[in-house]
Amino acid sequence: MNAPDILSVQGLTTWLSTPSGVVAPVDDVSFSVRAGRTLGLVGESGSGKSMTCLSIMRLLPDNARNGGGRILFEGEDLLARSHSEMADIRGRLIGMVLQDPMTSLNPLFTVGNQIDEVFARHLGTPRADRRRLSVEAMTAVRIPAAAERARAYPHQFSGGMRQRVSIAMNIACAPKLLICDEPTTALDVTVQAQILSLLRTLQRETGVAIILVTHDLNNVARFCDDIAVMYAGRIVEQGPVADVFARPGHPYTQGLLDAMPSLARMAAGAADEPLAIIPGQTPSLAALPSGCRFEPRCPFAFDACRAEYPDWVRTPDGARKMACWKTERLS
Amino acid sequence: MTGALIEARGLVKSFAVGGGLARRPRRLQAVAGLSFDVQEGETFGLVGESGSGKTTLARLIMGAEAPDEGSLHIAGQDCARRSKAQDFAFRRLLQPVLQDPYGSLNPRMRIGAIIEEPMRIHRMFSGRTAYRQRVAELLAMVALPADAARKYPHELSGGQRQRVAIARALSVDPRIAILDEPVSALDVSIQAQVLNLLKDLQRKLKLTYVLISHDLAVVGYMSAKIGVIYLGQFMEIGDRASILADARHPYTLALLAAGSARRGAAIDDLAAGEMPSPLDPPSGCPFHPRCPLATERCANEKPLLRGISAIHQVACHYAETTRKGTARV
Repeated sequence: MNAPDILSVQGLTTWLSTPSGVVAPVDDVSFSVRAGRTLGLVGESGSGKSMTCLSIMRLLPDNARNGGGRILFEGEDLLARSHSEMADIRGRLIGMVLQDPMTSLNPLFTVGNQIDEVFARHLGTPRADRRRLSVEAMTAVRIPAAAERARAYPHQFSGGMRQRVSIAMNIACAPKLLICDEPTTALDVTVQAQILSLLRTLQRETGVAIILVTHDLNNVARFCDDIAVMYAGRIVEQGPVADVFARPGHPYTQGLLDAMPSLARMAAGAADEPLAIIPGQTPSLAALPSGCRFEPRCPFAFDACRAEYPDWVRTPDGARKMACWKTERLS
Repeated sequence: MTGALIEARGLVKSFAVGGGLARRPRRLQAVAGLSFDVQEGETFGLVGESGSGKTTLARLIMGAEAPDEGSLHIAGQDCARRSKAQDFAFRRLLQPVLQDPYGSLNPRMRIGAIIEEPMRIHRMFSGRTAYRQRVAELLAMVALPADAARKYPHELSGGQRQRVAIARALSVDPRIAILDEPVSALDVSIQAQVLNLLKDLQRKLKLTYVLISHDLAVVGYMSAKIGVIYLGQFMEIGDRASILADARHPYTLALLAAGSARRGAAIDDLAAGEMPSPLDPPSGCPFHPRCPLATERCANEKPLLRGISAIHQVACHYAETTRKGTARV
């Protein structure tokens, strides 16, 4: 509870130019992550979760630009950093693990070479010491026979092992924050769980703060401490994972949980009950409803929801909040 | 003959991989002896990870590949002995719904024409209006608005495109639909819509489904009977309750743990490492290198699929004790 905030995002907004006008894929987003904790950032495609990560890393595409807010990393605003300062921070203080390591690793260099490079670039490690450190990083992510495997090329690794290499590169400099954007989506289910529990183990060892972007709520339940649910560019609910899963406040969070086929419920004989569905689909960012963005799909919607975007409702202890006019749902 | 709509016995399919002027190609056994029955009107769910051979099995059932060994009877007809005319008729009987609604819908055709095409190939009607009318019916059946017929695939969302793929498959009144990862490209909220739609259509049209997925929860929700496949072989096969509530194979137990929301299921203890290459399958039990309960016997002697109840078969030497052995689950 008392660990310091590593990252505190405040009112972050990102503009994106599209053929249908300028939209805000990240719209007034605020959250924080403490040392040693994992925040699960969940939402469906287009909800803005990846764009949020790119905004934090200051790696926005050409047609996007910052539209306000602050990104306090260890108390200092990343938005005030120059490009070269950011280049020093990325990979050293903030690591980023992406969905497909085949695209983030260079196929022409051995993985050892690529991890060596991290030490050379960020820590100025002399050539003679680099490989030893790289092998240590590979051992830390449980790659067997690391010294030998360091001489192999990315294509000689399986998907799970490639993702381990990518994690090794990103934890090599002992970062304070690791942003993992759908790190296991491309992997087999048994391997997914291996990678996520590896991340948890590394976190226990180093105290790194993790943002895990995912659409898989099971993985959030198992591997995260806190959850932030995004819908159409905004965070609609936030809180400790166990509380939010036990008593979802926002109707969208509840809809997501109910729409997931659950092995536990089915084993208990509920497989013939139809899945609850969320009717309709996510609104286009260019044509958002005037009030609550979830209102057109919400079973609880009433007049206030159509009139105005809801204010935050918080629990008395401040641990949870949601943006919903049905305030009694969070009590 | 068991009266099953699909009856597979000892299906084997291997592919030659690599090889050149001087090198001999290696054999990759994608499907290594699969037998099962699918009853009319039921869903048979196949769950497995990438490389397990589940898609090859689907292609065998669809007739896109011929098995090297074994026999396959569909609706009483031996698939190896179909004449060309029978083969054409067979394609109306059985229709696939594929994973990627981006790749499987022609981007330059309107939705109406996409749905109409299989019906035209099978000359189901004469005259434009009859086809139009049928397209309108099909769109309503999959809960798409009527004006979708004039749109192009890119104008629809992923969930809507998957509905189009379903409408196209159903256009020729098939009895069997092969669903290969029908929802894995979709978001959770849309996934539930499509799964419920598939269930409704099955009830209304008395369809038989073969559902292939890596997601045990999806398979469990949809299927009366489930086969867990690993390196081309069934590890476990049974009705839904046996697999979800009384699984015995350590691999099934690992899949169940991986798909659960419960904290603390120590996955590293349930399935170490990754699936070995099918080019170089392990001796004995294919799962033994990853299995927490493996003994010497598992490395030497391949366990055969054996019944532990009338509706539940397991390929594990220790099926009687696995649930105790992995009490951590």
